[in-house]
Parts: sequence; C-alpha cells; structure tokens
Amino acid sequence: MTRRLLTGNSAAAWGARLAQVDYVPAFPITPQTEIIEDLSLWIDRGEMDARMVTLESEHSMITAAGSAASSGVRVFTATSSQGLLYGMEMVYTVAGWRAPFVMINVSRGLSSPITLESDHNDIMAARDSGFLQIHCATCQEITDSVLMSYRLAEHKEIRLPAIVNQDGFYLSFTREPVSLPDADRAAAFVGEFDPENLQFKSGAPLSQAMAVLGGGPYSYFRYQAHLAVERALSVYDEIADEFADTFGRRYDMIDSYMMDDAEYVLVMMGSFATKARDAVDSLRQAGWKVGLARIRLFRPLPQQKIRQLLSGRRAVAVIDQNISMGMGGILHSEIAMALYGINDAPGLLASYIGGLGGRDIRQQEFFEMISELKQASDTGDRLQPRLLYTKNELTEIRNLQAIAQAEHVEIKQAERKKK
Amino acid sequence: MFRIRFHGRGGQGIKTASRILGTAFFMAGYEVQDAPRYGAERRGAPLFAYVRADKSPVNERGIISQPDLVVVADDTLVGMPAAGVMQGVDQHTVLLINSQEKAETWSQRLNTPATIIILTATETVGEDAEASDDAREAAIDRAELPYIGSSCAAAAAALTNVISRDVFVDALTEELKPLGENIVKKNMDIALAAFAAMSQHVGIVSESSLPSAKEYIKPEWIKLPFEEAKISAPAIHAGVTSVKVRTGLWRTMRPVIDYERCSGCWWICSTYCPDGAINVTDEGLPDIDYDHCKGCLICVAQCPPQAIESIAEHVAKHREMSAASTTGGVHDT
Repeated sequence: MTRRLLTGNSAAAWGARLAQVDYVPAFPITPQTEIIEDLSLWIDRGEMDARMVTLESEHSMITAAGSAASSGVRVFTATSSQGLLYGMEMVYTVAGWRAPFVMINVSRGLSSPITLESDHNDIMAARDSGFLQIHCATCQEITDSVLMSYRLAEHKEIRLPAIVNQDGFYLSFTREPVSLPDADRAAAFVGEFDPENLQFKSGAPLSQAMAVLGGGPYSYFRYQAHLAVERALSVYDEIADEFADTFGRRYDMIDSYMMDDAEYVLVMMGSFATKARDAVDSLRQAGWKVGLARIRLFRPLPQQKIRQLLSGRRAVAVIDQNISMGMGGILHSEIAMALYGINDAPGLLASYIGGLGGRDIRQQEFFEMISELKQASDTGDRLQPRLLYTKNELTEIRNLQAIAQAEHVEIKQAERKKK
Repeated sequence: MFRIRFHGRGGQGIKTASRILGTAFFMAGYEVQDAPRYGAERRGAPLFAYVRADKSPVNERGIISQPDLVVVADDTLVGMPAAGVMQGVDQHTVLLINSQEKAETWSQRLNTPATIIILTATETVGEDAEASDDAREAAIDRAELPYIGSSCAAAAAALTNVISRDVFVDALTEELKPLGENIVKKNMDIALAAFAAMSQHVGIVSESSLPSAKEYIKPEWIKLPFEEAKISAPAIHAGVTSVKVRTGLWRTMRPVIDYERCSGCWWICSTYCPDGAINVTDEGLPDIDYDHCKGCLICVAQCPPQAIESIAEHVAKHREMSAASTTGGVHDT
C-alpha cells in the first residue's frame, strides 16, 4: 500500500471520497475550507460522483445534510468552531430526526476573543446532541475514522449522525504520511446505505415533520436517541475488528499506550496525544511507570472500559483542551463520574487544562505533570486543578495590557480635548 | 530528528517550500511532518512553515521551538520580533538568510552564536569576477519572487546532506506539477542553482534529539491571579492599536503617486483605500501612509488619470537609498 503525504483536511476529503458519498452540503470556515476545496475539485474533474451545494450558512448546511440523509442518500459535510455553533440548533434537530451522515469538525477555539487555532470547546458544545463523536490524533486516523463512522452512523440499531473531530492546524494543515485504503475495499467495507424507512422525497407527496409533544412521548424519543448512542458501544468493536482485518489498522475506543504496568496515567483526547506518547517514552527511559489513555470514542463514552483501564492506578492526570467556565475540564469531570464508587479507583485524579487556542503543551509540561502526580501521591496531598500558564505568558499579556492602558489614557485625553 | 523552520511573507511560496522539502525527505525514506502557520493575514504578512523529518514516526507536533535550521526568505523579517525568526535559535542552529548582506554583518547585528549562511550569491557569485552571466542572473532571480520558495527548499535540502539532487528534483516536480511544465522548469533551474550554491556547507545542519525526562527545565507554571473585568476583558480600543501596528511591513508592492499626473481630485484613492492609509494634505493632495499601506494596489486600479504606479517594494527601497545618497543623505550600508 503506497503512502503519501496528506494534510488532515485532505485525509478527511479522501474519507468522504472513499465512502462514495452522494451529497456534500458545504460552507467555508477556517481551518476546514480545504476539505470542501478538495471535494469540489474532484467533483469538477469527474473523479468523484457526488453533488456539492454551497449553502448560505452552517445552519442551512446542517439542515440540508439531515434532509438529504433522510431521503436515503449518503451525506458528508464539514465545519468548525463558530460555524458549528451557528448550526447548533440543527445539530440537535437532525440528530433527533435520526438522520445518519458524517460531519467533520476541525476543532478551533471559540470567541471571544477570537482565535483560528485549536481547542475542543467547539466540539464539546455538540456533546449532548445525539451525534456520535470520534476524536482523531493523526491524519491517517481521520481517513479511517470517516469510513468507520459511516458504518456506525448507518447501522440499523443506531442510525444517528456522527462527528469525526480533528484538531485545527495541528492536523488540518499538517501533512503526514497516510496510507489510503484501496478504493474498492473501502467501498466494500462501508457498504451500501440502507435507509430502511427513511423516505423523504421531493418527488413524492410526503413531508417530514416532527410533532409537538408533551413530556411522556417527548421523553420516549429522547431516551431512544440516548439508548441508540449507547448501543454504538457494542457495535463499535465489531466494526473496529472488521476494519483491522481489512486494512491492518486497529482503532480501539480508547487508544492505550504502555498501560500494562503503568502507575501514572495521562488521559486526553486529540492530536496532542502523539506528543504525550513521546513524553511517555522519555519518562519510561527515566524509570517512571507511565502510560497514556487517549479517549477516541467520546460519544458514547466507554465508561466500562475507562473503569477497566484506570482502576488500580496510583494516579491519573486528565488533560483537557477545553474549559467549562465555572467548572473546569469537561473530560476530567466525565472520567471522575465514570470512576465514582468503584473500589480500586485511582488514588488521585488530577486536572490539567491547557492547549487552548492552539497553545502548545510542551514535553517539559508532560514531565512535570507526572512529577506532580508522584509527589502528591507520596505525600497524600490533593492537587488543585491547574490552568497551564507560565510566567513568560503572563509577562506577554502584561505587555499587551501596558499598550491597552496607554491607549486608554490617550483616548481619555482626546475626549477631554473635545470637551 | 531534523527540525526546520521557514520564515517569509504571504505570497513568497513559504508553504510550498516546506512542502517541497517535506516531500524530498519523504522520498529519501524519512517519516515527515510539514505544516504552514498563518493567521488572518494576507499576502505580504509574516508567516512561517516547518518540516520535521525522522527515521521513526514523528509524534512531535506544533511550532518548532528548537530549530536545527531556520531559513529566512525575506531578511526584513529578521529584525521584526513578531515574526519570531530568532525564536529558539542557539549555537546548534544554522540560520540561512536570503540577503544581499554578508554573513558577518548578520552575525554582528544579531549577536547570535548560530552559524549564518547567506542564500543569495552575494559572496559566492556576486563578487566572483569569473562567474558567468547566467550564474549571476540565477543568483539574482533566486532572491526574488516567485522563485524564492523553491530556492529556500533546495538550499535547505543541500544543507542537510540527506537529500540527493535527484530526489530533490523529483520532489520539486511532484509539488509544482499542477502549475504546469514551464513553472516547474523555471523553478527547477533556479532551485538547483541554490542547491549547488550550498556546496561548501553540505551537511552543516545536524539532527537534534527529543527533550529528555531525565533532565529537563521545569516549566515556570504560575497560578493565574484573578483580575477585575476592567483589566481582564479582551477589548480592543480600535484607533490607537491600528496606528501602533505597522501593517505597512506586510507590503510587497508599493503604490507611488506621480504628483505631476495626479489631478488632485483627492477623494477617489483615499476613499477606496480599505485601510484608510491615504491621507489628504492641506493642499488637497493624496499622501500615502507607508507605515500602514499594505500594498493592495486598489488605489492603482481606481485612479482615473492613472497617476499611481506600483513598484516592487525592494525596488522602491533601493530607489530611496539611491536618492538619499545622491542628495547627500546618510544611509547605512
């Protein structure tokens, strides 16, 4: 199998192409736009048999995606950050329609202030929508996850839309070697989309609508969607096994690295996990028993597997590239929830928040986290949640504040002059 | 692992340079990662791109903080702190600068222990009386758009000594093929001249290892203090900030008003200017604020008597210097 250098965005577009999607509703946003540029080029050249429509907003785009999926065609779309939020009403709505399709989210921090770079607050906003969520760490994983996600989303027992998440810049614009699956084998793996009773057709006198319901019936449908998301846990392994058999690459719900004898564990999501792998290697060389658990399947959350993996460990650090204002790291709280009440829960579950707006997490910081875990475990101290921030970073902001202060004075003086 | 950073301006082919070099490493049997880094800027704005290459899979990500090689396509960026050219540069780093000035001049100016190599042939071809006209021409071309990106990639490849000339030829062809045969050929000739020009420095760039957990500098983490909203809200007071940021540095083309031809209507160019960088003097004449003109050239297109000419920035600077010297002005060589 030949390998080629692809950006995360190209890898995503290849996933859609190999899944032989029929329809691509699109709206541009940095850092996602390259995905639809690639697809439109291929469609234009006749290399891909699909219809692309550019909509006037992400709200319309996600509506179009859900509607088209409800008519029984295979749909792919992509967005990021503010775009995902702009379409959020329809993210929840189309999941309620039980319309299966795959959407890429290229993670980018949210306003305000504005950033173009990556963190996970955008994708966390879709956490409770009913979309399945897979988080990728490499460009290879993006192509592969798009293929696997069609299988999950279109599975008869699930029939829900899925989001495949990749980090902006760190993956979206970064080229890495990718082995593209053979087109025929990819098509055979994904299979035909059987829409069953989905039959929204413009040519037929039928409209798709949702009734206004009271609490009882309303709850039924909401609970059913929840049960369907949970059902993806049992279906996932089957699909992952088949993928591994076909293409030789295995993707577990949780990507475990050096976990067998690990006393200290880093838990995280996304592309920074490859950096953490290097940190684990280096810490191992220095004699530390460290492991890494990267949560790949975030919705449904594999709680049973989290318990199996983390029970009995001396200490765990959860690294969140998101922040829930007034609470802290979202993944940290979910891991804590999964571990609550079990007998041999880790002695310490520390929270580190960092990597917001593309801010790097450096090797030294991973090392220091493990060092803190050990020290706190030895002394029995609790570790306060840490917002990763350095003295130099504060100096940088102080310089900006000095400019702001000077401006403030100048503006006040100008106002006084006018009077 | 090789860690290589390219610095240039939007439009100089810096992303392409990183891709050509990335593909060359990949074809030479390396695991590779290459990426550009840019924000909301446009053509002319400082940006950088980077390449990592190793024999084992590359897990490291993000901006290269400890580069083995820094390639600077545009020497006006070196002194601009926001461009970050000197970030992480130490005695291990090789700094390759596209410049008409000498390496010693840069060493003194930057007061850096890094090895400095000049990409243009100022020292090799420029002062070599025996050099052929073709070589001289190639040396000049290589410093300029649109070939500077390819030249930077070629020079970087030569400095690592792990990419053969043949592999580089294949990589450049692969990356530029979609642009057509002529463009590939022109870039190739100039890039290979740059490759050859590095012959005395081949292999000067060496790999460095990953940071080690056995011995590392602790991050200077702090507990972020709470601050009141009047300090901690991210408001921008527009006017003053815009003046302080000299966006004129982004310019690659400069609009120049020919006042003999200017009809003095004053309002068309100044109104169309999207940056408000054309002021009107008391005499009713337009006056371009070059500290903030980004060189979009909308004024050039709009001026009815075509009194605004566009000139490449380096040519304009050269003219300024000549004018200063003929009028007895002082300029620093």
